[in-house]
Amino acid sequence: MTDKDQYKIHQEPFYQAQGNEVTLYEAAYAARLPVMVKGPTGCGKSRFIEYMAWKLNKPLITVACNEDMTASDLVGRYLLDANGTRWLDGPLTMAARIGAICYLDEIVEARQDTTVVIHPLTDHRRTLPLDKKGELIQAHPDFQLVISYNPGYQSLLKDLKQSTKQRFTALDFDYPTSKLETEILSKETGMDAEICAKLVKIGVAARNLKGHGLDEGVSTRLLVYAATLIKGGVEPRDACRMALVRPITDDADIRDTLDHAIDAVFA
Amino acid sequence: MKTIPEELEVYWQQLDCGFPRVAEVFADCMQEALVRLSGEGVGAYIEYARFLGKMGRGAEPILIFLEEWPGIAKKSGEDALPAIAECIRRMYKSPNGKAITPFLQSLPSVVRRLPARQQLQEYLNLILEFMERTTGSIHGIHQTFASPGLPALFKQIAPLLAQLSLAGLKSWVDYGVRYYSDHPERQIDYFSLQSADSRAVLQRERHGTLLMDNERKLDLYLRGLWQDEDLLIPYSNMFDELRQPVPYYDNLGIRLPDVYNDMHGISGIDRYRATLAHMVGHRRWSTAIFADNFSPFQRMAAEFLEDSRVEYLVMREYPGLRRLFMALHPAPAEDACDPETESGVRHRLTMLSRAILDPQHIYKNTHVIEFAQRFHTLMQESDMNTQEIASLAVSFVARTRRQGDQLAKTHFKDTVVSYRDDNRQMWHFIEEDDEGEVVDQHRKMEPNKDLEGLPPRHYHEWDYNNQSYRPDWVSVYEALHPRGNAADIDKLLAKHASLAKRLKKMLDLLKPQDKVRIRYQEEGSELDLDVALRSLIDFKGGSSPDPRINMSHKTSGRNIAVMVLLDLSQSLNEMAAGSNQSILELSQEAVSLLAWAIEKLGDPFAIAGFHSNTRHDVRYMHIKGFSENWNDEVKGRLAAMEASYSTRMGAAMRHASHYLEKQQADKKLMLILTDGEPADIDSKDGRILIEDAHQAVKELDRKGIYSYCINLDPKADEYVKDIFGKQYSIIDKVAQLPEKLPQLFISLTK
Repeated sequence: MTDKDQYKIHQEPFYQAQGNEVTLYEAAYAARLPVMVKGPTGCGKSRFIEYMAWKLNKPLITVACNEDMTASDLVGRYLLDANGTRWLDGPLTMAARIGAICYLDEIVEARQDTTVVIHPLTDHRRTLPLDKKGELIQAHPDFQLVISYNPGYQSLLKDLKQSTKQRFTALDFDYPTSKLETEILSKETGMDAEICAKLVKIGVAARNLKGHGLDEGVSTRLLVYAATLIKGGVEPRDACRMALVRPITDDADIRDTLDHAIDAVFA
Repeated sequence: MKTIPEELEVYWQQLDCGFPRVAEVFADCMQEALVRLSGEGVGAYIEYARFLGKMGRGAEPILIFLEEWPGIAKKSGEDALPAIAECIRRMYKSPNGKAITPFLQSLPSVVRRLPARQQLQEYLNLILEFMERTTGSIHGIHQTFASPGLPALFKQIAPLLAQLSLAGLKSWVDYGVRYYSDHPERQIDYFSLQSADSRAVLQRERHGTLLMDNERKLDLYLRGLWQDEDLLIPYSNMFDELRQPVPYYDNLGIRLPDVYNDMHGISGIDRYRATLAHMVGHRRWSTAIFADNFSPFQRMAAEFLEDSRVEYLVMREYPGLRRLFMALHPAPAEDACDPETESGVRHRLTMLSRAILDPQHIYKNTHVIEFAQRFHTLMQESDMNTQEIASLAVSFVARTRRQGDQLAKTHFKDTVVSYRDDNRQMWHFIEEDDEGEVVDQHRKMEPNKDLEGLPPRHYHEWDYNNQSYRPDWVSVYEALHPRGNAADIDKLLAKHASLAKRLKKMLDLLKPQDKVRIRYQEEGSELDLDVALRSLIDFKGGSSPDPRINMSHKTSGRNIAVMVLLDLSQSLNEMAAGSNQSILELSQEAVSLLAWAIEKLGDPFAIAGFHSNTRHDVRYMHIKGFSENWNDEVKGRLAAMEASYSTRMGAAMRHASHYLEKQQADKKLMLILTDGEPADIDSKDGRILIEDAHQAVKELDRKGIYSYCINLDPKADEYVKDIFGKQYSIIDKVAQLPEKLPQLFISLTK
């Protein structure tokens, strides 16, 4: 039997609620409804799920989806070994067996035919047929499926099918308000609030440029990086350039504008 | 006549000049010269003035020289005289004697801009070379016509040198000489800065940070840091020396100077940002108040203080702006203004503004200190509004009023804050006067009768002579091609029915070979036998087998966008050799067949024709757009095809490419069907248009567009290679065109 404990989250992850998402999630979990979390990159989607798993004291199995992923990467496959074949459960199967929260991160990155395998788990059936093995798994009562996706930058080709979308309840995430984000930064990194407020200001400036040459604004995650660097003794301007500007753009005009914003904020 | 003082009599004798006007000023000039020049210098001064007086060009040259030389010698040294004299001598010996006076007149401002001897020498060489090249001769031996541009150039030299470095001036002059050396009127227009391209080239050569180059950065700045956006409209401050325009904004957009030079260590781009930040401050925090109750001084004071207030708020938002404002804000010396002789209102207000901005100011004026203090206290209590600022301003004016304020002469030095706007948005007027822009708002658009074509687009043209573009040289007018009878094209297609049948077979072969096999798949639609066997062998041999034994298929379609560009110049009307049809008719058939074939293949394609009648009128005729179907309307346009005028190929290619560029396709192909080399009646040097077309091909290449030329000129070998490299075919037998063209396309895209 798999060690359930390794998927448990033992320490409370820091999560600052932006609204009533915690209560809503708890309600969804109580009914074991599948949940979809949407929002731009680095705004705290994964952190939120981690936090909820800790709060509900349930194991969490995370799968980062990608283009090359096939259905068997989720469900499981036969492996060849010296004595013949051996079945290996995939992460989705495992979660359904042990009653974990299965979190499929960036689900749209996976091919559409792959995502169809989750369908039977997300409606009233709550089953997972393993056709190759000839087994029908009845999901554990604690099992819940959560997916995340970022509607922003993906191409037209990468969208969820309606039939997949309509199996989920959804929570919309966005970057927190400046005040809240400042709080998050200073709690997460222990930096003093004044510098955090400045970082947030640069972040807001960059987010205003979204769609004008920037695909995505500076995420909360990058702001945390910047604060961490500053805490580590890096000069604030250098830290901002390294953590906030250089990662998100190669466009000289935007880089110049953001560099100026940094100079204007850190006087 | 004024008498010459005795001690100067000896110089007067030496000068030996009979002009009464010279006698009037001689004494004054001489006194200045004796102070400023050395003994030798005075001798040379008199001697050269004597020469100018005897030159036979009237009193002007000697007068200017006498008055200006001591000042010039002070700046660039007395030893500059021989070089200048040589320059004048050459003018004197050539038909350009008339230019001597303007030359002398322009010298003081030239020397002010070019104080170093080396620079002055280069300038003089430049002038001489210019003169040499623009002075006309009939038989090639004696120069007989004066340079038309030379006097015009001297008149403009002051603003030119203010904008351009010497190198920039050189290339600007060079450009003018090259293109207008044989066109006197245009030459004058160019060198007196009247013509459009003169200004365009000047813009390109000038130093400093151009708004044009940084528009996007500034847009991003407004949007990113201030959540504001507006149109940035440049104005030029180079033609208005006396009254420099000031930035401002209105409901049409934000007006900024077209160029900022670096100033006090602040780069041009940061000066733009400071200006924008200041204006954003007004847009956010200023509200217009009624002006009628305030005196002009009160209004001025209110404007200064309001400027300080918005800057205070702006800096609170972004403290880093303080560095920019501090560097750009003038700091007038406290005792710079003499209240007895000039009005010190501006001076006092600038001091106050500086004191508010700069906590480390050194002013001792009690009012300035007190009001700066009051300003800060009030701002800390609340942000205040424009009305409150106005009352603070009124009390400042009342407290500091002085007798001298009413004097006509105002102290201006160090009181202009370059990044501030003119505050026109700050005031309402109950009584309308000439300050309001009411006239503009009632202006009606005249209905435009001539709306059939699109407005022209301008394109650069490449000049191989100096390896640079002529800015906005060609105007391309695009219009829909007139319609004819679509049935004609159907008839043509019917005529070539057997050819079409053959083509159809070829096309079927070309149809998307969609299926592509992907091997080494763990899961796939079929077992890949080779790999499976290998895996099995590995497995039996005891080593771990490769599980990727399947293969699958994926579809990959054709993804080509095609632009067919037809040369519709006069020569197409000629009869094709060995045929009873004109080249135009044959082209029509060929293009119809080609269009039919491309339509069958399902590739997106467009057709357009072009011809030109000088650079001012290149016509680009739209026949089929990418989003149009191959329908009767398109066929009708093709049927009405007519040929006239000449072939300016480069501009047409550039225009066509801006459509093709926007197509979403892996491969982009531009087919150019032409019957001769690029030429136009206003281009004497045939090479220029060939080189320009070649440059256009390179530009296209950079945009990811593959250009291919189908040439019907049997003698095309001489030039077509220079334009298209290897990407061309020559069709010798024009009669075969209808057959060859689609085949060529098919083989190109196989």
